[in-house]
Amino acid sequence: MPLNPPANFRVNGKACRYSGDARRSLLDFLRDDMGLYGTKKGCDHGQCGACTVIVDGSRVNSCLTLAVMQDGCEVTTIEGLGSPEALSVLQRAFVTHDGFQCGYCTPGQICSATAMIEELAQGWPSHVSADLNNPVPSDDELRERMSGNLCRCGAYPNILAAIRDAMEAAR
Amino acid sequence: MKFFDYARATELSEAIGEFAKPIAGGTNLLDLMKLEVETPSRLMDINHIGLNEISPHGDGLRIGALVRNADCAADLRVRRDYPLLARAILAGASPQLRNRATTGGNLCQRTRCTYFMRLGTRCNKREPGSGCDAIGGVNRDHAIFGATEHCIATYPGDMAVALAALDASVQIEGIDGSRQVSLRDFHRLPDGDPHLDNVLTGGEIITSVKLPAPVGGKQIYRKIRDRASYAFALVSVAAIVTLDQGRITRADLAFGGVAHKPWHDPAVGRALIGNEPSDQLFSEAADLLVNQAKGQGGNDFKIPLLRRSLIAVLREATGIGGNDVRNL
Repeated sequence: MPLNPPANFRVNGKACRYSGDARRSLLDFLRDDMGLYGTKKGCDHGQCGACTVIVDGSRVNSCLTLAVMQDGCEVTTIEGLGSPEALSVLQRAFVTHDGFQCGYCTPGQICSATAMIEELAQGWPSHVSADLNNPVPSDDELRERMSGNLCRCGAYPNILAAIRDAMEAAR
Repeated sequence: MKFFDYARATELSEAIGEFAKPIAGGTNLLDLMKLEVETPSRLMDINHIGLNEISPHGDGLRIGALVRNADCAADLRVRRDYPLLARAILAGASPQLRNRATTGGNLCQRTRCTYFMRLGTRCNKREPGSGCDAIGGVNRDHAIFGATEHCIATYPGDMAVALAALDASVQIEGIDGSRQVSLRDFHRLPDGDPHLDNVLTGGEIITSVKLPAPVGGKQIYRKIRDRASYAFALVSVAAIVTLDQGRITRADLAFGGVAHKPWHDPAVGRALIGNEPSDQLFSEAADLLVNQAKGQGGNDFKIPLLRRSLIAVLREATGIGGNDVRNL
């Protein structure tokens, strides 16, 4: 088995390759090698969610996975969800509802919420689902499902309003 | 983080018998590597070797070691037949972590004892023979069962507590072949060698977890923690209780956050079986459970908390009484 094989994967649809020091986290690769500064480094220990990106459809903490482990994966960052000219529904809703103050947690919040809405559509239950087989998207459900994304400014009520708005717009 | 080499296995045979540290989800391992609590010289990425399916096994289910926690909790068979397992998984970590964390990796996660995670303190688990600064230190999160003068750390997970109540087993593959270990015997008590969390030996890998045939009943996972989401258990109770003609016919119980392993005390279940549910019965069972408990100072509160949590769960499972257990 070869040591330190390269990883070939895609970031926002663009093919890329990493081969180098295996210690590089996906987060550092995205920011420092790809220049995608939307994804933020908060705690760097999987506790704050600021680094959340979407890998093969799943939201993950990019600080707790290595660049070399992404071989064959499709990574989507905040830059892949929308652009200033063409905001995603959630991005637009965060602006409309003032879903941030400093904005540092916002890319992670939006990547996380984008995948969370899909998880709900798939019928995934959560800790607060009264019925494991029929989760209802109540405010408590959305709060629980977003508990992996901290906001030190405490913009939670507006984040919740933005997510709810985007979910209703999608219906 | 210390330097390491990285290898990527594409089949199980490449991953067993290796001195390399296996990495699956990496959510705990990479965290500990950043802290330099874990310093492997080589990582073996096992994410590409399969073992990522849930399949029928006899009358039960086999959960591949690389099934992600989120996928396991969302699986329709798990939700229907083993709601306790789905509930326990969903009570742990955050959605992002559950999307990466795996069945096998979750079992191998290490304690969150703050001394273990901080270099510069004495910890027999991190550095055998160095001592234990948690004893006499800040030990609010620590064990009330099975601790020794060498280690008072707890196993932090939720999933394994449900698996202990469900009497699941762990399938292990090594160079000498495969073996199966009851989940209840997979994790160890610290004894004199707390650096060993479980019975895995070097080069062995968990390949699956087997669930026995579904038993129905009322299944409850109650987790008490400092905040309502995304926190480790202070104590947790996993319970499967069945009633027949007004009497308890099954009481499979396990407890989290209280020992170096998911705590399973068969005497507590035995004390309940054959009896009509009542607060007196539940109090006696809970007394039996905490009889051997020993606090370390900072965690003394866990003893009445565990006692009351068990009573509350038994009340809910049998449909008697309310949630107020302060006077019991």
